[in-house]
Amino acid sequence: MSEKKRRLKLSIPEQEVMRPGNLACQGCGASLAMRYALKALGNNVILDLPACCWSVIDGPFPYSSVGVPLLHMAFETAASTASGIRAALKVLGKEDTKVVAWAGDGGTFDIGFQALSGAAERNEDIIYVCYDNEAYMNTGIQRSAATPYGAWTTTTPVKHFKKLPKKNIVEILAAHRIPYIANLNVAYPEDFIKKFQKAMSIKGMKFLHIFSPCPPGWKMKPDDTIKVARLAVQTRTFPLYEVEDGLKYTLNVKVNKPKPVIEYLRLQGRFKHLTEEQVSTIQKNVDEEWALLMKKIDKE
Amino acid sequence: MKKVLMGNHAISIGATLSRVQVIAAYPITPQTQVVEKLSEIVANGELDAEFIKVESEHSAMAASIGAAAAGARAFTATSAQGLLLMHEVLHWASRARLPIVMANINRALAPGWTIWTDQNDSLSQRDTGWIQLYASDNQEVLDSLIIAYKVAEQLSLPVMVILDAFVLSHTYEPVEVPEQSEVDKFLPPFNPEWKLDVNNPHAFGGLTAPNIYMEFQYNHHNAMLKAKELINKEGEAFGKIFGRTYGNIDKYKTDDADYILLTSGTLARTSNIVVDSYREKGIKLGNLRVRTFRPFPTEEIYDALKKAKKVFVVDRNLSYGHSGIFFEETKASLYNSDLDIPIFGFVTGLGGRDVTPELITEIVEHGIKSEKPENDVIWMGVQK
Repeated sequence: MSEKKRRLKLSIPEQEVMRPGNLACQGCGASLAMRYALKALGNNVILDLPACCWSVIDGPFPYSSVGVPLLHMAFETAASTASGIRAALKVLGKEDTKVVAWAGDGGTFDIGFQALSGAAERNEDIIYVCYDNEAYMNTGIQRSAATPYGAWTTTTPVKHFKKLPKKNIVEILAAHRIPYIANLNVAYPEDFIKKFQKAMSIKGMKFLHIFSPCPPGWKMKPDDTIKVARLAVQTRTFPLYEVEDGLKYTLNVKVNKPKPVIEYLRLQGRFKHLTEEQVSTIQKNVDEEWALLMKKIDKE
Repeated sequence: MKKVLMGNHAISIGATLSRVQVIAAYPITPQTQVVEKLSEIVANGELDAEFIKVESEHSAMAASIGAAAAGARAFTATSAQGLLLMHEVLHWASRARLPIVMANINRALAPGWTIWTDQNDSLSQRDTGWIQLYASDNQEVLDSLIIAYKVAEQLSLPVMVILDAFVLSHTYEPVEVPEQSEVDKFLPPFNPEWKLDVNNPHAFGGLTAPNIYMEFQYNHHNAMLKAKELINKEGEAFGKIFGRTYGNIDKYKTDDADYILLTSGTLARTSNIVVDSYREKGIKLGNLRVRTFRPFPTEEIYDALKKAKKVFVVDRNLSYGHSGIFFEETKASLYNSDLDIPIFGFVTGLGGRDVTPELITEIVEHGIKSEKPENDVIWMGVQK
């Protein structure tokens, strides 16, 4: 053998599909998420975008910051529109082009839920991405089904903060037995990109759920985005795991020594009204959910 | 080839001959045979298309939008509540300037639950920016679908082909089914200038500030106005190949008529029978069928009515608190013209109540006898 060529193996692709400049707020998790997603997806992809923060972030007509074809659509149509694009590409012989529905938590957990369930039941060959900032941020921070217990929003004011848990979207999708579901987090780019690459290699419906901090909506410092996102994992609030065929659960980032949930909560103004007792309630919920998840995780 | 077809199958065959590429549909009575037949045709490999069995009509239209935006010829069909559920995305389809063609079977709206015909479902979509064509027989249903794609794709506008529930959808009539090769000569493959293309990436439908929004509406309106010309032009071109010509309006003995019925859909065919019986009596009655409701063929209607003494509009629909909708539109479109004749608005046949030649005769008698309409709505065949 001749001398070995030393290769630098990068865990994050060098390519930048996203163009510089967009209308995101400072520290926007959703903007980072799109950048990482497109690094993995490349250019051979069509995006379909229901009403969400990204409807604004992408930029005003005739500008666009994503660098790939993008169709803006109505709020509840991410999954159905993507199904139509997929069918068109199939009949036009462009099956190698990926179709990505890119929706917020409102467009996924709430108004777009029926179309999402329909597309999942049909096992559409699309990548459905939900960037979850846990409320309707684009319209000014109103609660959604993704808003967690304890959070302040403009429709759950401090006196009546949200007393209900966040809808477990991953479990609902798992019940549809789709080929691939994963939790992603902008503070874990290697894991994030690996999951996009895995989703691209699988035929059928993929659901990627991205934890995406929103500094204005969460009342936190814009420079704390990564810190808060990482704490969500380290406190076991947002476990990074994947579900294959609705049954095979894998934990992707181990959290053997979890930090107390208060460390995650106290960086965000949306939780600042919580009493010690309420914080313990959240800690208890996080522990219980983690225990439930661990029972499902494949131990092989 | 001549076949005996129900209206619903005339739709399926019209869509097949148009070589639609993506079908997204949800079942609703009385549209179900449209999707059943198309499922069969696609499953048999007689049509190279993808059929998405969506979970709602809203998703049917959203998927059609996605498909058309990606460059495929898209088709769907619905009725009544289904059409109403689509309302938001109907606006989206036309404002995105996507040439989707849809068949809508006119069914009255609930409550109370009904499956029989009237036009309030489609007429409620008046301002969605879609071209609306009302057919009066099954041959026209089939032919209109093919012409619809030809018009839609030239103007980047969606078209709704509309027919009466049961009176057409479930009634068998002899229909000449055109040869595929002839249809292919008339309707070329869909090849849009703008689409979702990875080699030429653009964002469609993004944030539009007041400095540019209005220009899109101006262009949309102008395309609709152009459609008036193109519907006639393509209807004639179709006639040259297939021997059946279509336009925005359909005149039946109106040229020398003193009295003119103004109708749409199958009411027009019943009215033609009544016209003949009056003609036998020496009374000059005519029938003007309005086929294109959007864009509204104001100029052609004016020309057809300008020598008449009275006009009797028969509406199988109602805008509550105002009047029948074809009546309202006709009256309004003529207001600034020099035409000053009484226009009567009759509302009848709602929820599928039978509109017989006798009832149309009553309408004509009422109109001839009255000097002027006593009301904006003259109810016919209702128990008061």
